[in-house]
Amino acid sequence: MSEEYILQVKDLHTSFFTDSGEVKAVNGVTFNLAPGKILGIVGESGSGKSVTAYSIMQILASTGRIISGEVLYKGQDITRFDKKQMKGFRGKCCSIIFQDPMTSLNPVFTIGNQLMEAILLHTDKDKKQAKERAVEMLELVGVNEPQKRIRQYPHELSGGMRQRVMIAMALACEPDILIADEPTTALDVTIQAQILELMQELQKKLGMAIIMVTHDLGVIADMCDEIIVMYGGRVCERGTAEDIFYRPAHEYTKGLLRSIPKADGRKERLVPIAGTPINLLNMPKGCAFCARCDEAMKICLTDVPPQVQMPDGHYASCWLAYKRLAEAEKKGAQA
Amino acid sequence: MSSEYLIEVEDLKQYFPIKTGFFKTTPLKAVDGVSFQIRPGETLGLVGESGCGKTTVGRSILRLYEPTAGTVKFRGDKITDKNIGEHRKNMQMVFQDPYSSLNPRMTVEDIIGEPLDVHKLYADKKERRDKILGLMELVGLNAEHATRYAHEFSGGQRQRIGIARALAVNPQFIVCDEAVSALDVSIQAQVINMFEDLQEKLGVAYLFIAHDLLVVRHISNRIAVMYLGKVVEIGDADEVYDHPVHPYTESLLSAVPIPDPVIARNSKRIVLSGDVPSPMNMPTGCAFRTRCRYATDKCAEVCPSLEEKGNGHFAACHNR
Repeated sequence: MSEEYILQVKDLHTSFFTDSGEVKAVNGVTFNLAPGKILGIVGESGSGKSVTAYSIMQILASTGRIISGEVLYKGQDITRFDKKQMKGFRGKCCSIIFQDPMTSLNPVFTIGNQLMEAILLHTDKDKKQAKERAVEMLELVGVNEPQKRIRQYPHELSGGMRQRVMIAMALACEPDILIADEPTTALDVTIQAQILELMQELQKKLGMAIIMVTHDLGVIADMCDEIIVMYGGRVCERGTAEDIFYRPAHEYTKGLLRSIPKADGRKERLVPIAGTPINLLNMPKGCAFCARCDEAMKICLTDVPPQVQMPDGHYASCWLAYKRLAEAEKKGAQA
Repeated sequence: MSSEYLIEVEDLKQYFPIKTGFFKTTPLKAVDGVSFQIRPGETLGLVGESGCGKTTVGRSILRLYEPTAGTVKFRGDKITDKNIGEHRKNMQMVFQDPYSSLNPRMTVEDIIGEPLDVHKLYADKKERRDKILGLMELVGLNAEHATRYAHEFSGGQRQRIGIARALAVNPQFIVCDEAVSALDVSIQAQVINMFEDLQEKLGVAYLFIAHDLLVVRHISNRIAVMYLGKVVEIGDADEVYDHPVHPYTESLLSAVPIPDPVIARNSKRIVLSGDVPSPMNMPTGCAFRTRCRYATDKCAEVCPSLEEKGNGHFAACHNR
């Protein structure tokens, strides 16, 4: 079965142990990623989307730890990998690019130096070949005059160029998976469009799978094969873009869609989600969203909602969806 | 004599001197000849990419910077260094970052009360307190929170404190500089609705500066698009969005990620090549010509000025 998916995350729990207590950032996240597919993870700040990504790469802050769960890469559980194995995994099997290209490049080394580092580490190319590869990668991501650029320092490049360099670094060893953590959030819209276009193009050319982590529903609408909506460290809803945008089943997803201005410019009043995001230090016993949910029932307060499959095949973790589905089934059985 | 317009900005220029040598300074033209008007109770959206000067326009109007040239009039009265103190009662500002724009050593009561103190808008302590509590209620904050400090609040609530502070002097005009950009979508919607409610209730006009074009379209009556210190297009919000004239506006709008899979897949992005030129080293003629697909020789020679293209819709382009 492991052939079908390149990455399987099973009931992942990640916590941070801080002075004020255990912050449960990820509380049982499960998803599968097939080779060459694009998965979008969307959620607001504190929803655990970035921590999920960092858990896969095992680059959590020193206070953070994976508590339980499995992350299977080609059937191997990488949470059991030792440091050396992880070093081989990062960059070669799975790479990550970050939100802020200003801080994720080292200011005291040239672009070429940083690009070559990954290539020299993971392949048996010598320095000259690595340099050739670096130039080739820069060309691939659309950096002009790559021969000149590899001698430049990060501060000499614009934000969009730096993000291109980050992508070149991440893809230099042809990983199977690219994790993009808010890759365009720090960029202007026209530059964002360039980078998104580039990522889609490279995905087609190189065939890697992408995990796209973002808070922007617009970014994931047209490029993802599957979308996961997260809230309070849990997956609320999982399905295709059409499922999520046109047939949302979870109250949180519905609320999110109601609180953004309409794409066609209709000036309808926005319907915000009441209340404030949950405090991860003090997770409720039941559904994480129930304090802000208009449809909350008694059971939502006490029990974590089960994942139910909707009639159209996508999944939602909501008691209301569960109840409605059970009622529909009952009616069906009676008829 | 009062004019039809609340705010009139005429040929506003804001240059910053940048040291480019030991004795040499070169002006950085952050805002270079911007003119627009805002009517009472109206919202003008100001969009553009980072570095285009949109924030500087907002700050220059309020004289947080001393403008290099140009005039700003409030109800026909020219704003000068002498009368700006008085005019700050009419014009206020809400900042982007609700974390750094509130003094961490002051309680909410003192933050909101400070403009009241400055302009001496109360007779006694009781009136001051009543006014503060009234403002807190207006922006949806709990009166019990008056004695708390800013760090005890979430981002959305802090932004509400910032808005209450701006409203304290009963202004007729507020510059909202990326006022909702730092907030999560669900909270952003709460604050946008509040801006709309306040406008309806108090008749205040906004200059709404933001880079999120969907949000700007939602809240604005009219929109101005800026590129490298100049307004390249201005008109009614729907008019500008549905029939953009300037090639920059066109590509800017097409680059907006649309939260709707079918519309997004069917729309064509006009991807601009290259980056925004440095404002220290601007192209001759039209500043956009280096990235424009319609650029001709004329664009390199003559800088286009805003011309009416019908329906009160102005754009600065030779070729459209």
